[in-house]
Amino acid sequence: MLSTSSAGGRPYKKWSMSPKEYQTFAKQREPARSVLKNCLKAFVVGGAICVLGEFIQQLYVHLAGMKREAASNPTVATLIFISVVLTCLGVYDKIAQWAGAGTAVPVTGFANSMASAALEHRAEGLVLGVGANMFKLAGSVIVYGTVAAFFVGIGHLIFGTGGNH
Amino acid sequence: MLKGQQSWWFNNKPVIIGAASVVGPDEGEGPLAKDFDLVHPELDMQQKSWEKAERLLLEQATDFAVRHAGLKKDDIQFYIGGDLMNQIISNSFAARSLGAPYIGTFGACSTSMETLALAAQIVDSGNAQYAMAGTCSHNCTAEKQFRYPTEYGSQKPPTAQYTVTGAGAAVVAPTGDGPVIECATIGKIMDLGITDPFNMGAAMAPAAVDTIQAHFNDTGRQPSDYDLIVTGDLASVGHPIAKELLLRNGVPMNDTIFNDCGLMVFDISKQKVQAGGSGCGCSAVVTYGHLLKKLSGRELKRILVVATGALLSPLSFQQGESIPCIAHAVAIAGKGV
Repeated sequence: MLSTSSAGGRPYKKWSMSPKEYQTFAKQREPARSVLKNCLKAFVVGGAICVLGEFIQQLYVHLAGMKREAASNPTVATLIFISVVLTCLGVYDKIAQWAGAGTAVPVTGFANSMASAALEHRAEGLVLGVGANMFKLAGSVIVYGTVAAFFVGIGHLIFGTGGNH
Repeated sequence: MLKGQQSWWFNNKPVIIGAASVVGPDEGEGPLAKDFDLVHPELDMQQKSWEKAERLLLEQATDFAVRHAGLKKDDIQFYIGGDLMNQIISNSFAARSLGAPYIGTFGACSTSMETLALAAQIVDSGNAQYAMAGTCSHNCTAEKQFRYPTEYGSQKPPTAQYTVTGAGAAVVAPTGDGPVIECATIGKIMDLGITDPFNMGAAMAPAAVDTIQAHFNDTGRQPSDYDLIVTGDLASVGHPIAKELLLRNGVPMNDTIFNDCGLMVFDISKQKVQAGGSGCGCSAVVTYGHLLKKLSGRELKRILVVATGALLSPLSFQQGESIPCIAHAVAIAGKGV
């Protein structure tokens, strides 16, 4: 048995770094994030989702005989459907870890945020769980999207640039 | 008895007479898979909610631990446990089915050693014959409570950690066959102003450093007295920071093996766990599953487990508060060392 006195410990220095010093120290030891690589991945994946959207739209135009503008609504619905299915299968978040903003920014990301919250809170019931939590993440997109649209609308009014519709 | 400023020396050498660990699928694919008592192939474990799955892990771990100790549930006089869930529901509900007098604790991911130190204290002071310590975490409950829905597609930074799905429990008795709990150092809160909940390793590293130094100052021991010193879940960002700070303060950490449970439970080069494992279950399953077996097999003689915890809440970090952190150390020696 090791006795406590025989080890001959000495008092080690007390913590001397200030929070500021430590934050800088820790920051320097964070693994670097490749902004360029992330941007490229986001560009490729986000672009691919848009190309898929274009492809789906062309299908509606050519196979269903819709006009280009009329085809955009079912196109968005189709993309949302694909995103929700991938979310339910547990695949979307894996793609997103690689793709970053590429899967977050398009409408598929919005659909994923709602579907994932709905799935997650199903255990708390349909009203307090699914209903109350579905917009947990998407809610802020809607709020600030509406606020931004309001200010853009005011801008159009002042400069007389909008009002096409 | 009190030793130095913040350490307990257990004169009666309480013994861990039974321990167990139960894990989820990712830990089952990790390098320590063969050391766990049970590996669940699915994250939901056929339960209706993630919370129920986490509770099941703990119930199974405590069951195994009681059985390994050669006891029955009724023999446990005190159960001490905690977890990451709000109001520590996993432990309270598991304690309901255990039926033993229950002390609920919260130390975030430091709970494993916080509860083991308390169990040892209760037994050492003669206040219990059999006390059990336990803790658990589940990747999906932690994601749900602290971050985003599990299926939400957000990109995690490389400093983020992956919460271990697992539970561990240990039964402590005054005498018996098993590793001996020699002493414990209770940590104090260290908050160096890190606010990023995706960089817990860096937030917790100062707490680990402070507790390790306090342990050596209080007990007069040296790093070389231990075959292995493990931190709980500092992972690949926090652990090198802790080592650098300790060496800078003149603690000869190169005289021992200094590792981290978050780096041991997963193979971070192959598994997609970012910086490594975290969560209450991390240090619990590594200690109770892997390290105690090494002590029993005499591959290790004496270890110091320094479980680290980030005591934040989803509310506190949304309000821009920094992350208060803590670390508790327990020294465990093989039988007859």
